[in-house]
Amino acid sequence: MSEPVKPQPSKRSSGGAVPGILKGLATTARTLARPTHTAEYPDVAPHLPPRSRGVIALLEENCTSCMLCARECPDWCIYIDSHKETIPATTPGGRDRQRNVLDRFAIDFSLCMYCGICIEVCPFDALHWSPEFEYSELDIRDLLHEKDRLGQWMPTVPPPPALDEHAAEPAEIAATNKPARAARTPAARPARPTRVTPAPEAEA
Amino acid sequence: MGPAVTGTDALEVVLRAVAVLAAFLVLPLLVGQTEHKVMAHMQGRLGPMYAGGFHGWAQLVADGVKFVQKEDITPAAADRGVFRFAPAVALVPYLVAMAVIPLSPDVVAADAPASAVLVLAVTAVGILGTLMAGWASANKYSLLGAMRAAAQLLSYELPMVLAVASVCLAAGSLSLTGIAHAWSPWWLLWQLPGAVVFLVSAVAELQRPPFDMPVADSEIVFGAYTEYTGLRFAFFLLSEYAGIVVMSLLFAVLYLGGWQGPFSDQLGWVWTVVKGFCIAVVVIWLRVAWPRLREDQLQRLAWLVLVPLALAQLALTGVWVVASA
Repeated sequence: MSEPVKPQPSKRSSGGAVPGILKGLATTARTLARPTHTAEYPDVAPHLPPRSRGVIALLEENCTSCMLCARECPDWCIYIDSHKETIPATTPGGRDRQRNVLDRFAIDFSLCMYCGICIEVCPFDALHWSPEFEYSELDIRDLLHEKDRLGQWMPTVPPPPALDEHAAEPAEIAATNKPARAARTPAARPARPTRVTPAPEAEA
Repeated sequence: MGPAVTGTDALEVVLRAVAVLAAFLVLPLLVGQTEHKVMAHMQGRLGPMYAGGFHGWAQLVADGVKFVQKEDITPAAADRGVFRFAPAVALVPYLVAMAVIPLSPDVVAADAPASAVLVLAVTAVGILGTLMAGWASANKYSLLGAMRAAAQLLSYELPMVLAVASVCLAAGSLSLTGIAHAWSPWWLLWQLPGAVVFLVSAVAELQRPPFDMPVADSEIVFGAYTEYTGLRFAFFLLSEYAGIVVMSLLFAVLYLGGWQGPFSDQLGWVWTVVKGFCIAVVVIWLRVAWPRLREDQLQRLAWLVLVPLALAQLALTGVWVVASA
């Protein structure tokens, strides 16, 4: 029964049994003569592509404790504690102002799934991807990185890669280069310039 | 004979035995390490790189240390005595075979008159170890593996014996030393079919890929060796690699003229070892290049291809010997 079946594959294949056997030998011999593909990782540092997702770095100065990252995190692995401080008015008769002070910012890398949503969502560029990946621990609890540890990753964050040729202008640069919009009519919104001028940055 | 003579005789026997034992322990490790590295590079890998410092040369020594440390488990349902004795039965035949294979007319531990027959008989005993292991393990996979091994060994013993018989007929001698003496380069063509048959059946006899049905891991775990751990398992592995050494040296002596070659007066045994090593590399190469045969393909190859080929070779040799006599 197997005899009528058996010749068919050898007819359909390009060579038959013996050429196939020799081809197998030739392929392995050729691979033997070629350099190997092994990356000797602990001895030789791996070449990582730009935008590698190694660890998340925190630029504390940029953080406003707005909690957007903690809310968007699908794993709920970002812990933020903050309190409000009152800044006394700088001008006599002025109003006291409040600002957020970051007490704790921690990412639990034992829960993190490296989706990068926190980095995408941060409106103030306080979170960045760093390609560093060698931060394994013997105890899983040590994977909870507090804000000083997250801040230590900042120097390892690479500069953003150059834009592609003919790419659209980055939004920030486009906004700065845009000519200021002319006021429609001076009478339409008279109050606005006076309310905007006492910005704290302008005076400090 | 005085007592002094028997004393030196005993010393010589001990020295020869120790030399064979040393070769038995070192050569399989060399072949094993070669397999590690050659197979790795044939697959685009590096293989062992750390043990011992230089390209992982001490990997198998480290493996041996690991095997010694492991627990020696005997299954509760196993036939205890047979189970524990099986590795020795698998290992010792190759030790005996190595003792009678001549590396040169002088470098041979025991120059038996009919060493070709002795080697074939002794290597066939090794299968008993596999059968004992498979039966005594009280494990269905072990038993299946042992049965496959027995069927395979029975099938491939015949073409192998016929191929060796052809060489013995051509040389007019049953002694391996005599065969290598009678060898001439013309045999490379004349005995070529027999050589191919011998190599294929040797690989099958060793249960090496592509003939590793008895230990097919995707089907029957590890065949007869499934229940073995630690040093006893290591002995089975050692017997496999000792088998490669024995079969490669045998091939070199039977078909490649053993120590014959340029400067054979000075080099002598080095030629045999070099030729044997090349055959061992070929055996490793076959493992990397070819997939495993199915059980029925295995039997078909033995009975429909190798046995007729070996018989034809035997007839050719016989006719030639009679015609040229």
